[in-house]
Amino acid sequence: MVSICFYFQVHQPFRIRKYSIFDIGNRSDYFSDQSQTSLNNVHVLNKVAQKCYLPANAVLLELLNTYPEFKISFSFSGVLLEQLEKYAPEVLASFQALVNTGRVEILDETYYHSLSFLYSKGEFREQVLQHRAIIQRLFGQTPKVFRNTELIYSNAVAQEIEALGYKGIIAEGADFILGWRSPNFLYRPAQAKKLKVLLKNYRLSDDIAFRFSERSWKEWPLTAPKYAQWVHAVNGNGNVINLFMDYETFGEHQWSETGIFDFLRHLPGEILKNPDNNFKTPSEVIDSYEPLGEFNAPNYISWADVERDLSAWLGNDMQHAAINRVYALGHKVLQTKNAALIDAWRKLQTSDHFYYMCTKWFSDGDVHKYFNPYNSPYDAFISFMNVLHDLEMRADTLSRENEHEIIPYNPLKENIYKSGDVFRDEVTS
Amino acid sequence: MFGWEFPPFYSGGLGTACYGLTRSLNKQHVAVSFVLPRRLNVDADFVKFVFGDEELSPSTRYVVNSLIQPYSTSESYENSLHYEKGTPNPNPAYGNNLFEEVERYGAIGEKIAHMETFDIIHAHDWLTFKAALAAKKVSGKYLVVHMHATEFDRTGGSNVNQYVYDIERKGMEAADKVIAVSNYTKQKIVDHYGIPAEKVEVVHNSVDFEDYVVEQIHDLKKTNKIVLFLGRLTLQKGPDYFVYTAQKVLEHYPKVMFVVVGSGDMERMIIRKVAELGIADKFIFAGFLRGKDVAKAYQMADLYVLPSVSEPFGITPLESLMNGTPVLMSNQSGVSEVVTHCLKSDFWDTDDMANKIVSVLKYDALQRCLKENGRREVQKMSWDTPAARVIDIYEDLLNGQH
Repeated sequence: MVSICFYFQVHQPFRIRKYSIFDIGNRSDYFSDQSQTSLNNVHVLNKVAQKCYLPANAVLLELLNTYPEFKISFSFSGVLLEQLEKYAPEVLASFQALVNTGRVEILDETYYHSLSFLYSKGEFREQVLQHRAIIQRLFGQTPKVFRNTELIYSNAVAQEIEALGYKGIIAEGADFILGWRSPNFLYRPAQAKKLKVLLKNYRLSDDIAFRFSERSWKEWPLTAPKYAQWVHAVNGNGNVINLFMDYETFGEHQWSETGIFDFLRHLPGEILKNPDNNFKTPSEVIDSYEPLGEFNAPNYISWADVERDLSAWLGNDMQHAAINRVYALGHKVLQTKNAALIDAWRKLQTSDHFYYMCTKWFSDGDVHKYFNPYNSPYDAFISFMNVLHDLEMRADTLSRENEHEIIPYNPLKENIYKSGDVFRDEVTS
Repeated sequence: MFGWEFPPFYSGGLGTACYGLTRSLNKQHVAVSFVLPRRLNVDADFVKFVFGDEELSPSTRYVVNSLIQPYSTSESYENSLHYEKGTPNPNPAYGNNLFEEVERYGAIGEKIAHMETFDIIHAHDWLTFKAALAAKKVSGKYLVVHMHATEFDRTGGSNVNQYVYDIERKGMEAADKVIAVSNYTKQKIVDHYGIPAEKVEVVHNSVDFEDYVVEQIHDLKKTNKIVLFLGRLTLQKGPDYFVYTAQKVLEHYPKVMFVVVGSGDMERMIIRKVAELGIADKFIFAGFLRGKDVAKAYQMADLYVLPSVSEPFGITPLESLMNGTPVLMSNQSGVSEVVTHCLKSDFWDTDDMANKIVSVLKYDALQRCLKENGRREVQKMSWDTPAARVIDIYEDLLNGQH
């Protein structure tokens, strides 16, 4: 018996507009580019909705209606859901329709798709909490499994996630940690008591996400029957095949013309032809199988690039300078208690901003260039730093106005989000 | 190969480009006889020099002024000859003496073609075309003309000199292949000269790392950030945009000095403009520099700015990156086709240029990344690649595949 576990990542950042030194102190509409470029968030959202979200959701709904055994899971970033609510409610409704079938599990992540775990545990918890709240509000689910931004993972992340009450976490099935072992089993994170980790089978995932339309690939063209054979070959050598990928794979990274939607439409039927196969959501996988061994990640890993490390976001001086500056401003920004300012500051934490500053274009850089809405990583950095400068000035102005009532910030005591009370008791106890 | 200048005697990128190209051609086993219009004290073991004036019979041998520069415009040419403007010039864009020199050079092409053995004639810029055409006529060998700049670049598109244009056009029409230093230049050649696109090959310029030695940083840097302009002070290089940008930078970042290296017909105008804007104390005019002094100028700068209005290639950004200095260049320069690790703006967008300059001065991490990545990028470059492209073009011609 082998289970297929699909998890699709759905995320769009609030990209910042071209923001020059002349804008500092003069405008604070950082995320409202109106051009026809990919800096215009509404423009991008509509484009991705037409190319990916709507057609892919239609296929998945059809599949869920056709095959009662078919199950999937999603992780939505909070910033994506916020944009869908504001600019594309029909797309949000189509995701809700999938969830209403009862066979779609939603995972938790940080609301702002941030790297906050690396910089501030308090900030990280706030954002997890905020994410949990929006999932409850929009989908009526309380996630039991967590996935960190870009599958950034370490033993410390796992420990924190266990402390927050989750029963499972998602990670990359990195060869340098697994060694000879297979990603097709559950593992116990080092130092965890009950938590189980689901590992991405990157070969089979990337066959769809990256290689599907690659004509120089010896397996091209990839058909559903061929892929189902590969899946079946795992029988006897594993419990679960975790196929984790960006949802934008369908229609955006792999264009409709490549046949990706037909592939998706036929895959469940092909897989279910063999009675030894089934589909499970991450929670069901965790409930069904026991861990086979320990997964020990003393250092951070991620699902990015060939390195599977943090270098796509934190690989050069600009990226470090920018993110250090963001978190250095945290205390000052939170003290203002100004919801709009805090929200803008958190939107600047989204990992994509740092990804756009990545300069390793010459090794495996094409991916970065393709996804960069700025002309260069340098332009991305300049706009970002200018925005931070403006944000800091606003924070200074607001704290001067509040001078008579300075309350020191304590992330565990501050009551910025009302829904956090219960949650916060969990983590402090 | 017909050239006009060769290091150390050169005023622009043409000499540097000829130096790098011929050296790499030699490395790749192509023997080059390099013809210069007159004897210069040049020394390079990878080419055989032929000096036009020495090949002439004693009766026609002549001595010319040594002020000829291929990019000279009338004002600078006359200024350098007489220091004051003389009588009205019938050819407003060029000095008469330049044309005489070109004609004289043209007259020796035939003679040289008889004396030398060769398979290909390769001519650099319009100044050499008359000589090259004469050589082709008597030898019947293939002619490759190499366009480092067009008359439209030198004049900014207005006051195009008909005499120069005609030579350029005739040279390109008669040539068996035209080499353009960028796609940008190729487009100009196709649009303005009516040369069929398939006849024009693009071979980007390059730079050889060992030419540049990194040295000590200047004292001035201790108290100020330095923004450098290095190039001829002519319309084409956009020095006026540099000044307007500087004014905007100073509003946001006062602790900066603007160093201007180079001379040209706009020099007085630029100095006057800087004074008018009240920012003269923030400017240093270093004049025309050569060799090691140029390297020093790059090295002391925090940023090199090339706001060219129209730049066929522009080799200085590569030199700057070699010297570890990041670059802001205009999108209107051909060199922007080969460098990714730099900042780019439209030359007229002084707001955008100011934004980028201030950012480099303000954010150390930006400067470091531009410097390290930019240097790594140019270190991978070499004239060997363009030289191999040129050899391919030669071979196609010789194999009759053009």
